[in-house]
Amino acid sequence: MSRASRMVPIALFASLAAIPILREAGLPIGGFLPLIAGRIIIFAIAAMSLDFILGVGGLASFGHAAPLAIGAYAVAILDAAGIHDATIVIPAAMLAAGIFALVTGAIALRTSGINFLMITLAFAQMVYFAAGSLADYGGDDGYSLDARIMWAGWKLSGRGGLYAVSLVCLFAAWLLFRTLTASRFGRLLSAARQNRVRVQSMGVDVFAVQLTSMVIAAMVCAVAGVLLANEAEFVSPAYAAWGRSGSLMVMVLLGGAGSLHGAILGAALVVLFEEGLGRVTPHWPLIFGPLLVLSVLFLRRGIAGIGRGDG
Amino acid sequence: MAEPVLDIEVLRKSFGALLVTDDVSLHVAPHRIHAVIGPNGAGKTTLIQQISGALKPDSGRIRLAGQDITALAPHLRARLGLARVFQITSILPEYTALENVSLAVQARHGSAFRMIGPSSGTGPEPMRALDRVGLAPRHAIRAQRLSHGEKRRLELAMALAVQPRLMLLDEPLAGAGPEDTASLITLLAGLKQDCAILLVEHDMDAVFKLADDITVLALGRVIARGTPAEIKANPAVRAAYLGEDV
Repeated sequence: MSRASRMVPIALFASLAAIPILREAGLPIGGFLPLIAGRIIIFAIAAMSLDFILGVGGLASFGHAAPLAIGAYAVAILDAAGIHDATIVIPAAMLAAGIFALVTGAIALRTSGINFLMITLAFAQMVYFAAGSLADYGGDDGYSLDARIMWAGWKLSGRGGLYAVSLVCLFAAWLLFRTLTASRFGRLLSAARQNRVRVQSMGVDVFAVQLTSMVIAAMVCAVAGVLLANEAEFVSPAYAAWGRSGSLMVMVLLGGAGSLHGAILGAALVVLFEEGLGRVTPHWPLIFGPLLVLSVLFLRRGIAGIGRGDG
Repeated sequence: MAEPVLDIEVLRKSFGALLVTDDVSLHVAPHRIHAVIGPNGAGKTTLIQQISGALKPDSGRIRLAGQDITALAPHLRARLGLARVFQITSILPEYTALENVSLAVQARHGSAFRMIGPSSGTGPEPMRALDRVGLAPRHAIRAQRLSHGEKRRLELAMALAVQPRLMLLDEPLAGAGPEDTASLITLLAGLKQDCAILLVEHDMDAVFKLADDITVLALGRVIARGTPAEIKANPAVRAAYLGEDV
């Protein structure tokens, strides 16, 4: 990896960290930008976890909104029970999403390619309809949180709290996935994408490696779900909608599959388009769609791959 | 004869009404090259797939170094010392030649679930294996950029580096040019110092140069077995090939 490409993730984290600091310093960036940046960070965590299985592992899951929604609903269900302690909520969300991935992944991994895509989508749709049937938690209308989660009595409210925690989570996720990708486990996961039969004939249980990666990705994605629920102070079945799974996939492909930090770029682009162009016209996907097609055609390694000659 | 490395007993497999492996028995002795030949449709590929674990036989038994592997998953067979070279070259295209071999060694000798610490070298074996196949100077090249012949050699190095008991070579000379073929034959002949080899190959000149023992299949049945000289002289084999060059 060249020095320049090593600088990109650092520059990304630095600019995300700078936004609230600049605002505190009185720069006229308005309240809008930190809000948008906060959403970018949360979706970047979800997209990065998808990139680990999709970009590195070649597992094209079209159901990654499921662990996101499971994380969010863990917050809602515990909120209704009066539990707001982050040291309970976050592990509970991760555990629930991990179990979901273990069970659905074990079934989905019996297929590959387009069938894998469809079966993961089907499982996410099951979560969507299950969430809509949770009458105690608002059903289709969703559920408004009583309060945000707390950590050691510190409430994640105010301007900077949730933002800072989200950014720390994103950084931790990046470190985690970077370490995993460089490890033997990550190399074998990537190798199984390149040539499954070869890895099998090297004596590796490819199914177990891929399933483990799906569980890890789902658990990290659940953290994004917890943060998302707290950011909106609201949870609804829409978090599990197939469009959300699709947009996470778009973030990964647009940012550069397999690069990890590309997920941040992809999330930024998608959120900015949603919020920015969405204000101009409700038909913003009409502009965004062709742009995506162009990027898939001409930027095969996504935005993160621009300037890297090793095609 | 020493205990066979591979011991196949009355193996039988059918697809519907089509019997593709018809009571095949076959033994590969240590440090010998055992070739399986036969005209197209003889059931060579199906046999290979049953040995590697891609297909389950209907009945019969396969033993690797005395251990029954008939019902074992493919990756567990690999762990017991079965290495493969595929008919269609099978490498990891995005990794360098050395990374390909290193990963094979790591996967064979360690846990696949080591998640902390970079996946690094594993001692001198990978480089030594690349040197054996003549790829040492090309170790830093990405596998997808290697020539066809070099990819073949890389695959052999990956098989060799894990110190297997048995190497399953499925048409290792397929697609190789004349000068490539000559040097690959020399290379393959040297491999039996390391392990036993089951060879499936269409190039009859190569088979007769390399093989110590030959089993001839036709329509799923063993029609002849013996030394290359015996097989050459066998009228049943000539009849099965019907004018094909034997």
